[in-house]
Amino acid sequence: MTTATHAAGTTPDIRKAGFGRVVLSEWTKIRSVRSTVWSLVLLVILDLGFTALLCGLTAAQWSKTDAAAQATVKADPTGTILGSGFFLSQLTVCVLGVMVIASEYSTGMIRASLLAVPRRVSMLAAKAVVFTLLIFVLGTVVSFASFFIGQPILHDKAPVALGDPGVLRAVVGGGLYLAMLGLFALALGAIIRHTAAGITGVIGFVLVLAPLASLLPGSLGKHVHAYLPSEAGQLIARAHQADTDLLTPWQGYGVFAIWTAVLLVIAAVQLRSRDA
Amino acid sequence: MIEAKNLTKRYGDKIAVNDLSFRVEPGRVTGFLGPNGAGKSTTMRLILGLDRPNEGDATIDGEHYRDLPRPLQTVGALLEARAVHTGRSAYNHLLALAQTQGVGKKRIDEVIHLVGLTEVARKRAGGFSLGMGQRLGIAAALLADPSVLILDEPVNGLDPEGIVWIRTLMKRLASEGRTVFVSSHLMNEMAVTADHLIVIGRGRLIADCSTEEFIERSTEEVVVVRSPDTEGIAAAVEREGGKTTLGEDGLLSVTHMQAARVGELAAAGGFVLHELTPKRGSLEEAFMELTRESVEYGGTAATPQAAPQAAPQPQAVPEPQGETR
Repeated sequence: MTTATHAAGTTPDIRKAGFGRVVLSEWTKIRSVRSTVWSLVLLVILDLGFTALLCGLTAAQWSKTDAAAQATVKADPTGTILGSGFFLSQLTVCVLGVMVIASEYSTGMIRASLLAVPRRVSMLAAKAVVFTLLIFVLGTVVSFASFFIGQPILHDKAPVALGDPGVLRAVVGGGLYLAMLGLFALALGAIIRHTAAGITGVIGFVLVLAPLASLLPGSLGKHVHAYLPSEAGQLIARAHQADTDLLTPWQGYGVFAIWTAVLLVIAAVQLRSRDA
Repeated sequence: MIEAKNLTKRYGDKIAVNDLSFRVEPGRVTGFLGPNGAGKSTTMRLILGLDRPNEGDATIDGEHYRDLPRPLQTVGALLEARAVHTGRSAYNHLLALAQTQGVGKKRIDEVIHLVGLTEVARKRAGGFSLGMGQRLGIAAALLADPSVLILDEPVNGLDPEGIVWIRTLMKRLASEGRTVFVSSHLMNEMAVTADHLIVIGRGRLIADCSTEEFIERSTEEVVVVRSPDTEGIAAAVEREGGKTTLGEDGLLSVTHMQAARVGELAAAGGFVLHELTPKRGSLEEAFMELTRESVEYGGTAATPQAAPQAAPQPQAVPEPQGETR
């Protein structure tokens, strides 16, 4: 062998292969695309900005707010604070989740990825692990920040402390909710393989289906609504259960996890059998 | 070594690769030749495990691609369509691939230098020209120092200097004992690069032989003889070792004999000659002739019969712009 294709005597430094290597590679992929980084920045800004804005509006309009609405906020200030935060920022998680996988198809990168990791499901698993952990860590940090921004704003009207029952679980739950939502979006993106269609699909699930389901008559609508992925999943980010909730926070999160797991299995089966 | 056994791939009711079997041996450049749509890219995708064959099997050094423990170390591939995320820099693209194989960072710089992309390595691949994209693809193929290279139309988009570079590179890689399998739809390009040729058309094998043999066979001189007594001439020619075939148009084609000798034999035998024409086809013509029946997307003007009818048209029409001259 000549020196031209590789330096004399130095066969390339090949170390042990394994799942850890694929995870490391997926981490490189995520951090090295500028749009991902900007989307994450947008997630933080939207979350914290809307926490301040919506909590501020709630406090400012307090005297004009009717008693029932006041009671809702008072019963669970944590839910109000966190909900104001991810009201919009959850959409960036949906978009990112879809893009992380669908952009590989739209750019053709998927072919390079699958040539490097022909055991396709391990590529998908590594991508899911990296993205979910990233969103969980960032989502939890943002969730705490959102809580500490909203808490003093609402303090006079609806006081709450991190030590109150269920509050810490709800704040961490904010990170858990966003992480599962990201994984849900990634799974749907892997099935649909098309960025725009995938984003439309996820946002349909998150924003459109819930109001549609509540239009269904009687208890049917109520049950369908309660078991929708984002509706069930958001329960984990509330400190107190409402009387009307059908599921406990962890049951709700479990339902969301089952939705996500089903989509992931479909995505994995398709990835194995379809031509890339 | 690459081995394809009875490979068949259908997309719906369209058959892209049809019962294709061949071997690609190490130590030489094997050209994979065929017109556009002949099934070259599909065959390569089947070998690389990106698509699954409906029937048959493709292996690399006896293993299926998906069973290779560190595939990039065994096979380096350049695909026809781009396989790079447009938002990622060349360096990070290679880094992400290198990490899956446990290839060190030093090697990334080496291959970037080798393909001449050092100055743009940190730039987004989306801004690369077609030629730069091809060079990045080749860097990715060479990354883990593979023993088998599969390159789909590598000269696409390269400038003349780039074409010479890739040609030299492929020959060197083969001389190092690697298996080099390179597709092209350009016969002339393959004639100067490949040692061996596998020619396909409409997904079927047309030829599998050395480039020399292919050229010799395809561009053999043919002497066309028009005569009222073709039988007599054919007999005289065959006595001297020439080979003859009588066409349906009454023309006798003579091979393995020079035109002058055919004329002498005709004179000696007292046969009347109406025409005696030596013909040697170009390599490109021979290739077109060979694959004509199997061209998928050929325009009508590309077929030899249609060409003369199409050609006179511009001359028949008076050209107004000619008057200004």
